[in-house]
Amino acid sequence: MEHQFQGQEQTLQRQGHSGFAADWSSDQRVFKRVSWGKAMMWVLLLSDTFVFACFLVAYMTARSSTTAEWPNTSEVFALHIGHQNFPLLLIAIMTFVLISSSGTMAMAVNSAYRKARAPTALLMLATAALGAAFVGMQAFEWTKLISEGVRPWENPWGAEQFGASFFMITGFHGTHVTIGVIFLVIMARKVWRGDFDGIGRSWLSQGNGDYEGVEIMGLYWHFVDLVWVFIFAFFYLW
Amino acid sequence: MAQLSQTAEAQPKAASDDHGGQQHPIRLYLLVWGLLFLLSAASYFVDYAGLQGLLRWSLILIFMALKAGLIIAVFMHMAWERLALSYAVLLPPLVLIGLLAILLIESDYTAATRLVEFGTR
Repeated sequence: MEHQFQGQEQTLQRQGHSGFAADWSSDQRVFKRVSWGKAMMWVLLLSDTFVFACFLVAYMTARSSTTAEWPNTSEVFALHIGHQNFPLLLIAIMTFVLISSSGTMAMAVNSAYRKARAPTALLMLATAALGAAFVGMQAFEWTKLISEGVRPWENPWGAEQFGASFFMITGFHGTHVTIGVIFLVIMARKVWRGDFDGIGRSWLSQGNGDYEGVEIMGLYWHFVDLVWVFIFAFFYLW
Repeated sequence: MAQLSQTAEAQPKAASDDHGGQQHPIRLYLLVWGLLFLLSAASYFVDYAGLQGLLRWSLILIFMALKAGLIIAVFMHMAWERLALSYAVLLPPLVLIGLLAILLIESDYTAATRLVEFGTR
């Protein structure tokens, strides 16, 4: 068996837009030096981008076409602590928690490529814990809003479409976070056991010291954080 | 036979040392982490300070774009991928601007007909 990147060296020497044209017109695989696992994860994330974009655009359409007043998110998501009212406080904390989980994930990828198994597994578990904390706070937020009378078809403060948009967007994002947490735990266990250093591939790991699976897991996790950036801006802050 | 086992040994080494060139210093990750914290704090401050109108919207969009850019470029390693992959992922979402524009025009029309029909605001 020849090297898997054989025949690509010539096109790989070209950089920038010349390289872009060469890669796409080379009559070979387009994404050179990119494993299929990573390429397919990017395809998944691209399609997911469109799913979330559809939700956000639908929300914007509903919001700008309704004649009723849109509920003031700053007040709806405020927290009462003592005698003070902090606007959007829980959402801000959730944002920082998710960003921190992205930070620990990035460091897990770095450790994985150094083949430091224990730090990689622990950092991935820390990422999973922060993700679980995020979902927990989201569950708290849902409970609070539902108890205040928010439903997909009505709410006490204004435009009826508010509830449907909120549950749909945050629910779909929370599902993504939950799936990420589950896979982080599975992958952390496999890293800890040494599956990535073993001979031959298994589910989610290539073996032979190839830790790219951790980077691919990281792509998914950072994407979840990325989507939250847009939800935070368009749904909560706007 | 000996030759075969030699290539079989060489194969995993090539795969594991390659990483697609995505081994980056921890300092860089920590820097981006800090920047993301700052930008999030800044966008939260926009709400906390109660800024309104064009200033509010432009600041929200600027902080959002910067955060998204940092996550994609550094955390997701897009800055180091070849353009063939970057363009395949980053260009298609641009059509969403068209979708947004079409639906905002449509929703303006819907809002107008609702005002005429129900006459409230």
